[in-house]
Amino acid sequence: MNMLADVIVIGGGPSGVAAALELRRQGVEKVIILEREPYLGGATRHCSHSPFGMLEFGRVYFGESYGRKLEDEAAKAGVEVRTGYSVVDLEDDGTLRVTSPHGVEEMRASRILYATGAREKPRSARLITGDRPIGVVTTGTLQSYVAFHGLMPFRKPVIVGSELVALSATLTCLMHGARPVAVLEPRPHALARAPLTWFPTLVGIPFHRGTELVDIKGRTRVEAVTIRKNGSEQTLECDGVLLTGQFTPESSLFLKSTMGIDRGSDGPKVDQSGRTVNPIFFAAGNVLRAVETGGWAFCEGRAVGKSLASDLQSGIKASDHVPVTHDDPIKLVMPSILRRADTTSAAFNQFQLRVTRRVKGRLSLEIDGKEVWSSRKVWMPERRILVPIPPQALSAQAVGFRIVED
Amino acid sequence: MVDTTSVASGELFDVAIIGAGVVGCATARRFAIAGANVVLIEKGSDILSGASKANSAILHTGFDAPPGSLELELVRAGRQEYLEIRETLGLSLVQTGALVCAWNELEADKLASIEAQGRGNGIEDLKVLSATQARETVPSLSGHLVAALEVSGEHVIDPWSAPLAYLTQAAGLGATFLRNTELHSGQFDGHWILKTSSGVINARSVINAAGLYGDVVDQRLGFEAEFRIKPRKGQFVVLDKAAFKHVPRIVLPVPTEITKGIVICPTAFGNVLIGPTAEDQDDRVRATVDTETLRALLKRGVELVPALEGMPVTAVYAGLRPASESKAYRVFSRPAQKAITLGGIRSTGLSSSLGLAQHALKLHNAFGEKFEPRHDIPNIGVPNLTETQERDWQRSDHGEIVCHCELVTKREIEAALESVVPPGDFGGLRRRTRAGMGRCQGFYCNARLAEMTKGRLATSLAAAEEGQA
Repeated sequence: MNMLADVIVIGGGPSGVAAALELRRQGVEKVIILEREPYLGGATRHCSHSPFGMLEFGRVYFGESYGRKLEDEAAKAGVEVRTGYSVVDLEDDGTLRVTSPHGVEEMRASRILYATGAREKPRSARLITGDRPIGVVTTGTLQSYVAFHGLMPFRKPVIVGSELVALSATLTCLMHGARPVAVLEPRPHALARAPLTWFPTLVGIPFHRGTELVDIKGRTRVEAVTIRKNGSEQTLECDGVLLTGQFTPESSLFLKSTMGIDRGSDGPKVDQSGRTVNPIFFAAGNVLRAVETGGWAFCEGRAVGKSLASDLQSGIKASDHVPVTHDDPIKLVMPSILRRADTTSAAFNQFQLRVTRRVKGRLSLEIDGKEVWSSRKVWMPERRILVPIPPQALSAQAVGFRIVED
Repeated sequence: MVDTTSVASGELFDVAIIGAGVVGCATARRFAIAGANVVLIEKGSDILSGASKANSAILHTGFDAPPGSLELELVRAGRQEYLEIRETLGLSLVQTGALVCAWNELEADKLASIEAQGRGNGIEDLKVLSATQARETVPSLSGHLVAALEVSGEHVIDPWSAPLAYLTQAAGLGATFLRNTELHSGQFDGHWILKTSSGVINARSVINAAGLYGDVVDQRLGFEAEFRIKPRKGQFVVLDKAAFKHVPRIVLPVPTEITKGIVICPTAFGNVLIGPTAEDQDDRVRATVDTETLRALLKRGVELVPALEGMPVTAVYAGLRPASESKAYRVFSRPAQKAITLGGIRSTGLSSSLGLAQHALKLHNAFGEKFEPRHDIPNIGVPNLTETQERDWQRSDHGEIVCHCELVTKREIEAALESVVPPGDFGGLRRRTRAGMGRCQGFYCNARLAEMTKGRLATSLAAAEEGQA
């Protein structure tokens, strides 16, 4: 099959669009974005009251207006945007199986950039006990009820989780006539930073730390939940459950393909240039690891776009890669593989790490058996940890992180 | 006439069928084809509201059914008819075959007798395989495998589209379907006078296909209870479509006296399911899932197929099987009262339903009622949802996709809402279209579906506006 483009970008959120803009700026001729929704913007479109754009455009946009800004920029830059296009399979040679209003077709490009973002884990994947009534939704679903349809999935939900997105969801509820019954956080600490975590309490919503959701009851719609705190159980009447956080990369096409995913991040494995195990495929944005802001994803997309442009110049790099190893309680390291330094300019000059739980101890980076970096402090889950990638890492045989707990 | 909410006064139906599970739907079809004026009544807001909504979706051969049993006869008859009508009605079939896997020597010793039982049951395509031979067909099976019995005829089907097709065809022949209609009592006085939550229904004869309420309905019809339903819950975990390539065939355990055991099974929709558990309970309605059991199912799945390690969970569900004191089907005919009970259809109802329907008609013929068989049978198909057959999204003019995970088009959802037997609740819409059934479970499409189904389902997805009831 003939090459349709130099680069096909899968996903028209901040990272995908940023990469496409950068590719054009670097002189790459033909760049196509495939977006399955009717508009660009990705997850930002759902967030009607979160500010986007400061980092990348120097001003603030809300919800769908940010997506329109991306559309304007893409048009100005000469990026070909195809909305309503869903990619259903990735082939090793860079062929994509795609469905659109015109039916199924195959597309091929010299490089593919995978920028499909992240979503929240649904109730099923969390294996929560109970009935399965209507009214158990994630924040993303709530936001789309409100933003696109002027509807609400419930009036008196219990909110599970205390990442930033939970607090934003609490605000959404209050602004649209719902009154959360309680906010639950299974861990002993809130995940967002104070003073944001004071917010539920300030508006009079009970905030239970160290509290688990242990049962959902309801025949058709949610009627009540059972919560457990310090070993004792309590029933809360409610008409919905809002599951927040627990973002996961939308990496299903990679998982299905021969390339697989990284078991730590659940996203594609990438090297310092955003190149995956198959050098035809690159990846950027929240599909690499859940979850960062739209602005962060945009910058990442731009950086990977730049690397990809120089990779196109210098030709496919099929060199072996070295995995970046890590042990519990380190959840993920991204980039998770490294390739020997080449002429391609690196997209990442820092490792991004996350831990699975709150841990106090010494985090260290070892290269070929020698410790080259360390830091001791309290590491919090769902917060990014950044560690510079030392130049010698790119020619090493073994690179690994570990934490020794105090 | 379909789906009227109250009953035309005075109409005397030939046959009233209680319960729109897979057995009720198949029976409605069989009697409608035979020329009867049929009414099918259902307590729930949609077909498949009880036991039939959750099963392992296998079209059984009957290789392991009790020899000489009615179950065996009807599974075989039902399966044969399914294969015969499959193409006309657009029904699903994934010809996976199954491996009964022995994980220790003790189990391996049983394979020969299972094979012998299968041959005795009239199933020919059986073969005992060494572990090596078995792994040639399913390379991902754990190295602990000792031996396996290959049963090539066990297949996977779409368990929801088939009953829908049966009822759709019955409706095309004029059958009446009344949902949200609970039977309160029945009296036989030359013909049946059935008091229901939708009013009185008159019928010459009655067929009880009430599944989890089979014993209750018999009592409400005034009969001595011949059996008692003891619901047996089965929990399932559904894995991401990425798991499908690792489980090309149905992986069955060596059965015990109590249960067929935990199955690892590809689905018609391209996923893999692990389950069911077998948990006796008294509640006939609630089928809850619980964290520990779901974890245990996942663990078992990984033990048997190590490649499933880390596979994302797409869905979890639980169903209730209408078990009774006995493993046998509880089928009774009462010619004096022109009543038939199709009860205790524990775990093979999907395979045997068409056979049960044939059997019910045979029993009914003995009542002396005569119908004029129909020759104008409409071959109304159901939309295909099976991954291995052409889906709407693969067609050249499919328009817009609403559910990205399951690639469900807008026009598929609209067609389901406008169909002859439209969905009565969200579960029904999901079963008819797959919308919201994929890996994100509605993260992307749930709000859109709420908009599209406004005012059309028993329980709306969106909460009422403030100030509304």
